[in-house]
Amino acid sequence: MGKIVMLPEQRLLKQNTSNSANKSSALDANQLASLQQSVADYSSLQLAWASGYLAAKSEQGQNAQLAPVAAAVAVAAKTLTILYASQTGNAKGVAGQLEKSAKAAGINVVLKNIADYKAKSIKNETHLLIVASTNGEGEPPDDAIEFHEFLLGKKAPKLPNLSYSVLALGDSSYEFFCKTGQDFDERLQALGAKQVSPRVDCDVDYDSDSESWTLNIVETLKEELTQTDAPLATVSNIGDLPTAGAASVYTKQKPLAAEFSLSQKITGRDSAKDVRHIEIDLGESGLTYQVGDALGVWFENDEQLVAKLLTELNFSGEEKISLKVAGEVEQFTLKAALISQLEITQTAPSFIEFWANASKNTELVAVASDKNTAREFAGVHQIIDVVSLAKADIDAQTFVDALRKITPRLYSIASAQAEVEEEVHLTVGIVSYEANGDTRTGGASGFLAERLAEGQKVRIFVEHNDNFRLPQADDTPVIMIGPGTGVAPFRAFMQEREARDASGDNWMFFGDQTFTQDFLYQTEWQNYLKSGLLTRMDLAFSRDQAEKIYVQDRLKEQAADVFAWLERGAHLYICGDGNRMAKDVHQTLVEIIAEHGKLSTEQAEDYLKSLRSNKRYQKDVY
Amino acid sequence: MSSNFTKVENPVLIVEGKQADNERMKAESDYLRGTIKEDLADRMTGGFTGDNSQLIRTHGMYQQDDRDIRAERQKQKLEPLHNVMLRARLPGGIINPIQWLAIDKFADDYTSYGSIRLTTRQTFQFHGVLKPNIKLMHQTLHSIGLDSIATAGDVNRNVLCTSNPVESELHQEAYEWATKLSEHLLPKTRAYAEIWLDEVRVETTEGEVVEPILGSNYLPRKFKTTVVIPPNNDIDVHANDLNFVAISKDGKLIGFNVLVGGGLAMTHGDNSTYPRCADDFGFIPKEHTLAIAEAVVTTQRDWGNRVNRKNAKTKYTLDRVGVDTFKAEVERRAGINFSDSRPYKFTTRGDSFGWVAGIDGKYHLTLFIENGRILDFDGKTLKTGMREIAKIHQGDFRLTANQNLIVAGVAEADKAAIEQLAREHGLINDSLSNQRKNSMACVSFPTCPLAMAEAERYLPGLVDDVEAILTKNGLKDESIILRVTGCPNGCGRAMLAEIGLIGKGPGKYNMYLGSDVAGSRVPKLYKENLDEAAVLSEIDALTARWSAERNDGEAFGDFVIRAGIVEQVIVSFRDFHHA
Repeated sequence: MGKIVMLPEQRLLKQNTSNSANKSSALDANQLASLQQSVADYSSLQLAWASGYLAAKSEQGQNAQLAPVAAAVAVAAKTLTILYASQTGNAKGVAGQLEKSAKAAGINVVLKNIADYKAKSIKNETHLLIVASTNGEGEPPDDAIEFHEFLLGKKAPKLPNLSYSVLALGDSSYEFFCKTGQDFDERLQALGAKQVSPRVDCDVDYDSDSESWTLNIVETLKEELTQTDAPLATVSNIGDLPTAGAASVYTKQKPLAAEFSLSQKITGRDSAKDVRHIEIDLGESGLTYQVGDALGVWFENDEQLVAKLLTELNFSGEEKISLKVAGEVEQFTLKAALISQLEITQTAPSFIEFWANASKNTELVAVASDKNTAREFAGVHQIIDVVSLAKADIDAQTFVDALRKITPRLYSIASAQAEVEEEVHLTVGIVSYEANGDTRTGGASGFLAERLAEGQKVRIFVEHNDNFRLPQADDTPVIMIGPGTGVAPFRAFMQEREARDASGDNWMFFGDQTFTQDFLYQTEWQNYLKSGLLTRMDLAFSRDQAEKIYVQDRLKEQAADVFAWLERGAHLYICGDGNRMAKDVHQTLVEIIAEHGKLSTEQAEDYLKSLRSNKRYQKDVY
Repeated sequence: MSSNFTKVENPVLIVEGKQADNERMKAESDYLRGTIKEDLADRMTGGFTGDNSQLIRTHGMYQQDDRDIRAERQKQKLEPLHNVMLRARLPGGIINPIQWLAIDKFADDYTSYGSIRLTTRQTFQFHGVLKPNIKLMHQTLHSIGLDSIATAGDVNRNVLCTSNPVESELHQEAYEWATKLSEHLLPKTRAYAEIWLDEVRVETTEGEVVEPILGSNYLPRKFKTTVVIPPNNDIDVHANDLNFVAISKDGKLIGFNVLVGGGLAMTHGDNSTYPRCADDFGFIPKEHTLAIAEAVVTTQRDWGNRVNRKNAKTKYTLDRVGVDTFKAEVERRAGINFSDSRPYKFTTRGDSFGWVAGIDGKYHLTLFIENGRILDFDGKTLKTGMREIAKIHQGDFRLTANQNLIVAGVAEADKAAIEQLAREHGLINDSLSNQRKNSMACVSFPTCPLAMAEAERYLPGLVDDVEAILTKNGLKDESIILRVTGCPNGCGRAMLAEIGLIGKGPGKYNMYLGSDVAGSRVPKLYKENLDEAAVLSEIDALTARWSAERNDGEAFGDFVIRAGIVEQVIVSFRDFHHA
């Protein structure tokens, strides 16, 4: 819904921004400026709402210029989508024939391999045909596994506006003959979709059955799908959208308890890293975000770690302590406070000093005496590692007072609401290392990856980041540099640019350890390249060859093109590790600009500075 | 020995209609080049795209992936773990120790499975080579005088030759013919050298015919050729399109009987496909070998079905036009007439394990390699053992069409050292049952994209169970030719087994019964969709009957036909699917 109603608005903006001098434009320069100003800080959902508002106005005759755009949407919606789930190519062949016949009858057809189809878009379909084969023991073909899982799962939407039919291919010598096609058929019916023609189950000699099904379907749909009728009524839909300002209801202090809906490892089984793709369901909360924003995530500490810490300190955990929470002093048991209120997986240098003084341990005292040493030591030791070095005789309250309060972790958001609607996605690398013969896990990443079960609640809020925004103009090229989990916001960028139908070129630089195990969101990037949304992608896998190759090396290889892109107005984004990567990339950019712009190093630095002040060079590093 | 119909009235020589998509692909490939080079430079995927993923087959590679983790990786938003399997060209299966050491090292350093897999095509395969290492692989092969040209795809594939170490002179001559046939029928395009060995392309001159034998569209389907030395039918003539049966006089080769039109592949549920025995066209003196081979290949090239790939192999061409018409055309093209077939007899198909002395005074050690998989297993360091032998061996190695290996040409003085290494590393096992020696499986899961059911990973345990059943039924020293393939395409030659199991779906097999020991008969479907337990209970019941009712020395495959358990297949296209 959000996606469809956004289109006319985005087209209007794009048309006007790129042709501002054009007299045929619907708005004059002043009108345009004022419109742009009004919508500049709207969230995607707010923009969506506004677009519907304008569309509705236009239909009332107050702005006739907008009407054709809305009509175009209506025509586009009258499309017959054909999906095929093929294992050996038979279903694909039948679907191809079907496409031909439907096109010949004047029907607007989209034919897709089910693997390339976004399952969620099914709720936008009006007419859908599925040609599906079945594997040996009744399971769906590989390409259809995800779609099958989605459709038969609890996240599948109601489909009261969908007309459909299924052609099932199988082999009757198997017990579960045509099972996949049957699954789809039964489930679509259960979701409220209307069967336009009964399912046909085809055996190995499927030709005549599939032909008659095809004929029948095309005959039935011809009338319905070839006439153009009134534009889609958008007004009634818009009323359902959350009202503006909903986003601000949830804050760091008053987070939203949202449903944790998916944690999927996206590194291969032989990867040295564990990176998770996480999805959180915003439900009816009305929480909104923009691409470039970060998500704050509150977490609880591991109870087992807390138990070990209590043992190490000789506390029972039942000790009463008091803490200031939101300005008020509250009572907790020590155990409860350690789980939900206090930071124990990150160690502050001040705690090293505190424990050194309390324990009088000479080694610790030495560490604490030098700030840098203390900081480095704190970086690789959790609280339990520090207290197990030496005993100290302190009471529970004193210990608690030396600890920091737990703080939420921020993650760059990896999704765009224009694509995922009431969801927010994250890309989380699990922090994990060995210490004292134990595995230490990051507080928040361990919580998300290991302790939180799908379906449980997680407390979140949006941290706006206006310093990491896509260009206003959709035809502006962008260069994205995001190795490792730095890939996250760029996945959101691509979703946003796709939803906006943005024409600007997109160039992605990604890197990690190995191609086979660590290419985060590989299949999505492949699809973006295939569709043309992503213009080019350069990859650097450091451990796939004897010498280490990083993103900055690929930038250097493509120096002339990088500079040419900057010269034609490209925006430059870096996300990821701020300690080394962002610095190395910056250095490389200076070299590229100096060489190809025939500038001194200082002038090249100035070039980048001016990009930065024009918001064309933005970083999200950590 | 032809048992097929020979005459067809008004035969259709060329099948008209819309050509199969592979024909377009070959025509557009610029003589097998495609855009493989561009794909090699594409870092976004570990695979080849579109036509290229098919074209690389003609360069000896199959695009595969680890199917065990395909679904897992899909969820991880990672593409399948694409890699290639390479099948080397090794006419007659002979490889020397220096070459062995090089492929042993490549398998260790650059393949994800780390194995050398001996196959029924009498060659070796690498499994799990990632795209960045493919060029290196071909360059490594090239550096030791090997290549993988045309070991897959619609071309003449690796040429087999009976592994007969005893009659060394006859074998040497037969082997030389296998090599000449391989070279003569090889694609002449330089695509392989340009893509993998960085050879600079030389533009063809006008009017130059790039592929005088195979043609610009190559063959309609795969084509397999053998040279066989009776009485051992180890290469299974009836699994091959073109066979040269060596006829000798006083230990010297004088010519060949030519058998045409064997083939085992079929498609489940498609009754127009079937395994079929080859027909004997007659005898030719050896000097006409290449001319006859070329005439058979070009006749099949021109008459083979290019509309329906499932009916494109030589065996279907023969059944469509009739054996007489096909044979007359071959004689016309070659300008040679076949004379009456010379008498010969196949009595066996297995390898003889252990040492034998050749008439040249050298010794030859045949090693049983279960599933042809040379890899270091727990307590059985086969790969290390072969490496150690290669370091000291002065002769050569011969891969057999039964996926085993012969250490050939050992001087008497070196016998002990080689045997000791073979024993140390588990390459010799004295307690091997006859049943195990006569059992075979194709590769199948996890690498083969066509696999429907397990084969290589299923066989060892299955043989344990069958051994126990035979013992229980009083047949301890007997054996049955037992073959398992993961799909009906025929790599494991189950369609020439006394008990053939063909994968139907995960854990489900169709059981075929009734080939014979010499491999001259196609078996017949007995039961469909058996799970592993049902396979065993069927084998138990059948062998109990065999034990009780068999004639003296009667083989299992002969028994099931005499007893009426299955009908004998005489003419494949009439009998094989007959209910």
